[in-house]
Amino acid sequence: MSEPELIRVPILTRVEGEGGLTIRLRGRTLEDVQLNIYEPPRLFESLLRGRPLEDVPDITARICGICPAAYQMSSVHALERALEISVTPTIRRLRRLLYCGEWIESHSLHMHLLQAPDFFALHSGMELAQHAPQEVKRGLQLKKHGNRLLEVLGGRAIHPINVAVGGFHRLPRRDELADLIPDFEWGLQAAVEATRWVAGFSFPEFTGDYEFVAVTHPEEYPMNELHLRSSTIGDIPLDDWRQHFQEEHVAHSTALHAVQLPNRSSYFLGPLARVNLQRQQLAPTARRLADEIGFESPCRNPHRGIIARGLEVVHAYEEALSILRDYHPKGPARLPYAPRAGIGAAATEAPRGTLYHRYEIDDEGRVVTAQIVAPTSQNQRQIEADLRSFLKDRLTQVTARDQLGRESEQLVRTYDPCISCSTHFLKIRWEEA
Amino acid sequence: MGRRPRLAVFKFASCDGCQLSLLDAEDDLLAICDRVEIAHFAEASSRLEDGPYDVTLVEGSITTAHDAQRIQDIRRQSRFLMTIGACATSGGIQALRQWGQIDEWVGAVYARPDYISTLASSTPIADHVAVDFELRGCPVNPHQLVEVILALVEGRRPRVPSHSVCLDCKRRGNVCVVVARGQPCLGPVTQSGCGAICPTYDRGCYGCYGPSTPANLDALTRQFESLGHSARELVPLLRNFNAAAPDFRRASDRLQTALPDEGGGG
Repeated sequence: MSEPELIRVPILTRVEGEGGLTIRLRGRTLEDVQLNIYEPPRLFESLLRGRPLEDVPDITARICGICPAAYQMSSVHALERALEISVTPTIRRLRRLLYCGEWIESHSLHMHLLQAPDFFALHSGMELAQHAPQEVKRGLQLKKHGNRLLEVLGGRAIHPINVAVGGFHRLPRRDELADLIPDFEWGLQAAVEATRWVAGFSFPEFTGDYEFVAVTHPEEYPMNELHLRSSTIGDIPLDDWRQHFQEEHVAHSTALHAVQLPNRSSYFLGPLARVNLQRQQLAPTARRLADEIGFESPCRNPHRGIIARGLEVVHAYEEALSILRDYHPKGPARLPYAPRAGIGAAATEAPRGTLYHRYEIDDEGRVVTAQIVAPTSQNQRQIEADLRSFLKDRLTQVTARDQLGRESEQLVRTYDPCISCSTHFLKIRWEEA
Repeated sequence: MGRRPRLAVFKFASCDGCQLSLLDAEDDLLAICDRVEIAHFAEASSRLEDGPYDVTLVEGSITTAHDAQRIQDIRRQSRFLMTIGACATSGGIQALRQWGQIDEWVGAVYARPDYISTLASSTPIADHVAVDFELRGCPVNPHQLVEVILALVEGRRPRVPSHSVCLDCKRRGNVCVVVARGQPCLGPVTQSGCGAICPTYDRGCYGCYGPSTPANLDALTRQFESLGHSARELVPLLRNFNAAAPDFRRASDRLQTALPDEGGGG
């Protein structure tokens, strides 16, 4: 019997972090697809042990340079649950504002510089800037607004320094935030235009029978809290996370694969999951825009996730504006707390999907164990399932290996994978379902 | 007009934040693209060209045997090699493994440690190859990054100051968090670059730009101890993103010896 033929994409481009793809074929039959994550492990969950809990938001930010605020948000919420403190309304709103900044920055980057070039058969956002200069410049301007908000509220855009367990180190002054309003008013309209632009792309026909999962809150578009919602099984209390999800270690990846129990099935996280599950909670402009452009509900084409990303940028601008306009610093910047032993978990919505943290702390306020489950390690199995389904079909139509490799890479890119992030794992408990 | 210099970006163990700083230079990004040819930048472009490169930016630290080989090859292809950020320059937060037991650390994270190949150390690029310029920071400052790239293109010395954060903090007119509140702050021994943001937001500096030159850690840590901060509190302050930078490492090791036996990186 002949050896299988391999299509290798040695390095995935226009994604965060480093990974590759291996596609194994026998003639026109697909044998296997692997998303290879060779990002070297940095062992965050081990290096956090014994650290003062106050260090956790600063350290976990370094898991990912593209969504550090998400790591800070999940870690402070989890630790505050362990400490049994709840923050003031001012702090709560400022945290949503910080997240708006990160969503705007990260989504605008992905839409314009990482994913959009695929729809023009170009290699990069820089090449796209020659082809569609106004659109790329507008995208960079949106990205800059997100970063500017992170800088004002967080001290800097990458690895903000102002986030603390219990609140912030300093509340921003009213004028610092008010100065952002004119840019954000322009940005809201620009984000609407950017979303209309991407909605006009011509999308590959591909759909999956997905289970969508996202954070859910009774009154708000999912961001910082509270529980989880699955399109298949409904609402899942946060405390039951470990009964529903588990991570597995596979040989071809330094990132663990998350699976939904009891069937060890894959699930889908990110903007498309959030819009599908909670479209009615989008801010009015974003909701109207979704209707106006005829965005289907639910949308099961991952390539169209770029439109969901656009709708979330519009939402983030609208919500940010309402917080900025209504901001009156009130109460302490940071709530005091006494160290106590405890366990706390939280899930928040990183730009690319649900980010789960769980900490056990001791009575001196030190970390005993840490568990961090990144969105990309949860999407990883879904990405592989998509590639299998896509290639099985596509192999009957296309034989050019470079084209198959390129199209596979495009499909991976729709998930906005954050590979550095996904390389930190929990201790696995081997439980056969 | 001569050809544009060829720029390459390579990643090792890191968070991606420093190379993202280049994309974060929104106003300058398209201008830089006019001045240099982006020959290899996987995060930004699917067009990956072979070397040689005129300017190579290296992000991340060396934590695997494979990466120790890969950096040798990159060096051979690079005329000017610059490290960007704390990981590439001092080993990063992942260098904390040198104070732990690597097998136990890997075993605590992975169910199948046999699938994982990693070194017991996380070392800076300069431990492996000659480095022409080191840009500090966790993350680097995008303005400094643009300045260094443009300086190289223009054939001049980059303007990157090496004084301490303390000086920038005074210039910003901040109230000193050490003097006024007795908080430990690494501003006096940390290199400039961040704009003294931490004291500006009412907290002490935690040293993400690494030790300044000179850095009198002994005097500073003695001062913190006299203000009532224990070695147990100061060791983790020194052991974060530049824990393995020699000045910070010596100071944290000295403080650690005063502590009762404790494992781990903090």
